[in-house]
Amino acid sequence: MIKFKNTISFAVLLALTIGFAACNNNKKLPIYGQREAVITKDKDGNQVVDTVYQTIPNFSFLNQDSTIITQDVFKGKVYVADFFFTSCTTICPTMHRNLKTVYEDFKSNPDVMFLSHTIDFKYDKPAVLKKYSQKLGIDNSKWLFVYGSKEDVYRLAEKNYLVAVEEDSTARDGYIHQGWLVLIDKDKKMRGAYDGTKTEQVEQLKKDISTLLAEEKD
Amino acid sequence: MRKIILLAIFTITICTMIYSCQSESEIELASYVSNGKDIYIKYCQNCHGEKGEGLGQLAPPLTDSVFLKENKSQLACFIKNGVNKPMVINGKTYQEKMPSFPQLENIDIAQVIVYVTNSFGNKQGIYQHQLVESDLRNCK
Ligand code: HEC
Repeated sequence: MIKFKNTISFAVLLALTIGFAACNNNKKLPIYGQREAVITKDKDGNQVVDTVYQTIPNFSFLNQDSTIITQDVFKGKVYVADFFFTSCTTICPTMHRNLKTVYEDFKSNPDVMFLSHTIDFKYDKPAVLKKYSQKLGIDNSKWLFVYGSKEDVYRLAEKNYLVAVEEDSTARDGYIHQGWLVLIDKDKKMRGAYDGTKTEQVEQLKKDISTLLAEEKD
Repeated sequence: MRKIILLAIFTITICTMIYSCQSESEIELASYVSNGKDIYIKYCQNCHGEKGEGLGQLAPPLTDSVFLKENKSQLACFIKNGVNKPMVINGKTYQEKMPSFPQLENIDIAQVIVYVTNSFGNKQGIYQHQLVESDLRNCK
């Protein structure tokens, strides 16, 4: 009898596991950032409550080719954003080594892009970014390295991508910042943040990009 | 028969002696390598990579044994003072700024050099920490 019970519980467990695994296949990523409820009317004139999520506002920066980059470039695309600077000798090389593996994985997918913002507004002019991107081995316009005013870049980092950045003369390289890789969907909503210095989290980012692409297909 | 046994005992004794001497220096090398690896992970791996593969053209690989041998006495200088000059590694020219690590003691520098020069396909054996001081006096 005990044996029989065990078999049953094993079968139940197995069924549950398969069930959950199946759920995982069509799971959705969470949506991050602030949200608010707004009351709108549906097409029949009934009042409905809608949730409005925080989105990335429009921006205008110069990329490594001195071309103006706005959100139009990311229309209909999923992208990964981060903050770095070219003379950073601590976490940035690791972040970009790891992000480059993500770039390699999705290189041929036109729906995925990468956007790295420099926080060194004094030195990292487009020509410096160009040299950096070439030396990193990025040879196409899928991965953009952008330069903007301190005010624009720092505000976007802290208010919208939720990444802390700061000028700090006591820090080894003059700036301190967090190494998050932030995943943004086609509706400009934030869908994930991954520590770019940790390979497990970067592997998760790769999986989540695929999940997000599948989710946006339905 | 007796002769053979004696000869065998003699040979074994000699072998054991050589082996134990060897293993003493091997133990020293192993300890340098293992401490050096920790220092490498903390200060160097971000740029030079887990396997010494470098990072694009931004940081050269540490796999060029000939370069490392020819520049052995300058390695301590590169690490302590930083470096920024063209270098030909595996036939490719690199030039980018490597930061200085003034916080590293001579023993740390010796250990990380031993780790680098005995990993990633390099096999150059021990580099005693006493050498760091004289090498640092002769930086180019
Ligand atoms: C911020 C990135 C960075 C860090 C951190 C760094 N290096 Fe380097 N390293 C470089 C660059 C760039 C060069 C090439 C310098 C040049 O062109 O003058 C270099 C050159 C070297 C070289 C000689 C060239 C070669 O490839 O054999 C050695 C040896 C070396 N580094 C070892 C180390 C060690 C040991 C550490 C840790 C204590 C370290 N580096 C930390 C960037 C870095």
